[in-house]
Amino acid sequence: MVLHRDFLGAVMAEFLGINLFGLFGQLLVGLINGSFYALLALGLAIIFGLLKIINFSQGALYMLGAFGAWMALEYLQLNYWYALFVVPIIVGLLGILMERFLIRPIANEDHLYSLLLTFGIALILQGLFTDWYGSSGLPYSIPAELKGGTRLPFMYLPNYRAWIIIFSLSVCAITWFMIEKTKLGAYLRAGTENPKLMQAFGINVPLIVTLTYGFGAALAGLAGVLAAPVYSVSPEMGSNILIVVFAIVVIGGMGSIGGAILTGLAMGIVEGLTKYFYPEASNTVIFLVMVLVLLIKPAGLFGKEA
Amino acid sequence: MKKIHNTLLTTALASAMAFSATSHAGLSDDKVKIGVLADMGGVYADVCGQGCVEAVKMAVEDFGGTVLGMPIEIVSADDQNKPDVGSVKVREWVEKDQVDVVTGMVSSAVTGAVTKVLTANEKIALIATSASHAFTTKACSPFNAHWTYDVVSLANGTVKPMVQSGKKKWFFITADYAFGHALEKVATGVIKENGGEVVGVVRAPLGTSDFSSYVLQAQSSGADVVALANAGSDMVNSLKTAAEFGLTEMVDVAGLLVFTPSALALDPEVAAGMKLTTGFYWNMDKQTRDWTTRFQKRNGGKIPAMGQAGAYSATMHYLKAVKAVGTDESKAVMAQMKAMPVEDFFSRNGYLRVDGRMVHDMLQVRIKSASERDSEQDVFAVEKVIPGDDAFLPLEKGGCAFALEEQKKTLAANK
Repeated sequence: MVLHRDFLGAVMAEFLGINLFGLFGQLLVGLINGSFYALLALGLAIIFGLLKIINFSQGALYMLGAFGAWMALEYLQLNYWYALFVVPIIVGLLGILMERFLIRPIANEDHLYSLLLTFGIALILQGLFTDWYGSSGLPYSIPAELKGGTRLPFMYLPNYRAWIIIFSLSVCAITWFMIEKTKLGAYLRAGTENPKLMQAFGINVPLIVTLTYGFGAALAGLAGVLAAPVYSVSPEMGSNILIVVFAIVVIGGMGSIGGAILTGLAMGIVEGLTKYFYPEASNTVIFLVMVLVLLIKPAGLFGKEA
Repeated sequence: MKKIHNTLLTTALASAMAFSATSHAGLSDDKVKIGVLADMGGVYADVCGQGCVEAVKMAVEDFGGTVLGMPIEIVSADDQNKPDVGSVKVREWVEKDQVDVVTGMVSSAVTGAVTKVLTANEKIALIATSASHAFTTKACSPFNAHWTYDVVSLANGTVKPMVQSGKKKWFFITADYAFGHALEKVATGVIKENGGEVVGVVRAPLGTSDFSSYVLQAQSSGADVVALANAGSDMVNSLKTAAEFGLTEMVDVAGLLVFTPSALALDPEVAAGMKLTTGFYWNMDKQTRDWTTRFQKRNGGKIPAMGQAGAYSATMHYLKAVKAVGTDESKAVMAQMKAMPVEDFFSRNGYLRVDGRMVHDMLQVRIKSASERDSEQDVFAVEKVIPGDDAFLPLEKGGCAFALEEQKKTLAANK
């Protein structure tokens, strides 16, 4: 099999000057990462787009999700599948508490205040977890049902990665549908666009805001649980990924839900290709795209001009 | 007038000399002060950090708390893995706070900056956790003592036996900064010396969370061995991904620098069977276990990483030398440290070489499978003990100028 693949690969390489099979593999891997980015960017985009809060604690909430999965298994013997439901709810509740008692009191101040506040919360959470669990990370294995993989003509696709694509894209699609196409979503958008008018109609806007923040936080927690089996579960994991996700939201257009999802996918692929052709630049390429997009279309690819 | 001036000058010089002569005897400021510099809250907090501070405290207590009838003090600081932060702190320590010796030291970049400050002030650096071998070769100093391990010993311990057993083609996944480059370069040297070749290299930025692209490239390279020239969470992430994509079943994956806490962060199913080299393992024999039990009590139950055990050993050796020569004057202490053998729970058959390299037995270990483990923390099986002289770079090959000069003098004197 290996020989066969190598032979075909060699033929292809000769034919096109590059290894086509290798390239397909990288595209698929990019798509997997992209769907993961999309999920993370979605939470951030909801919180910014609807609430105008620049939430720097999103990375820490993601980290909480991954640690939550580990804790559920270690202390409560709850496996991955339970964690996938329980942990996002808990992280969401934490988000609600955070919004109600920390963010709301400064809601009318400049955006900079909530940015600094959430950044501080992120640092505190990261410090606490480093102190409690150390900096090396904790082991968490892939659930038995998703072990193994499928051999495609151009690469070996682990079942868990396939699950990441299917699951996160479904969550993204459902969320997008809920916000853009349902009555609940319409209330939400209207409530944040013109809170006074909505309140006059008898809608409890502060409650909507709190629940939305909780939902955004829960999405980060969900991404954390999803990441636990494949990435190192460590206190630093959130800060490593947060800046990239921010860049994705900026490229997509601050606050554009669909834009965040599509850009997440696209940037996963761009990064994957960079890792193939020039790996040293893989952690900068997204920022390069961000700069270019901001120069040409300051509101982002899918953003509305202010 | 000129005569008076000259007389004054001579008197001043003479008294200065007399003063410096007296300062050689006894302790400089009626105490010995040890500084512990480490990453206290960042990525490397587990491999040295607060654990190093505890290890040094333990050494001082075991030594009796005093030396030559004077107290031993410990101060510590967080270098945040930043060379500028580290060197500013150490400068303050030696120039203002009368610190006599500094230990800990994790990131090689920080250590490079800090050892320069220490050498300029003629103070001893007991390097416990840094990987680069520069501190006893190109950037060597008569005031450096590099204790636990270095990149050369890792490459000799892990890479050499694999190449010699017929695994000739190597692929590197390297952390894209000084440490990763150094490790890759030294390992490549070992591979070529033993008739192997490097078929590919990818350099992944520090803190990369997804290694699947690199693992795919490694897979299609046709290598026999994929070497991970990285550490900490980079190592954990890349190995997890390698296992997930079936790479560990196709080829051997060699972790070139695996600290015990990182090994514990890996699922046994993923990591079992991987061979690696370490300077210390807590569960090796009764001596190491006894020390570990005491250490765990003060370190929140966490088992020691090799650098923490090294920090204890280095501090103890330093204090013994101060006691033996009756002063904390760095040159005299260093000469004594190099004269005494280093033999304790950490160091076996150890000696501090003239270039500052502490040469001691290294361990080739294998990560145990879940069923082999007696306890959760029983992560390694010791496969082979590598004698220090085989593990570390020989003095002649290191190119440390002052050490080669001294060695020449000793040889001439012996003739």
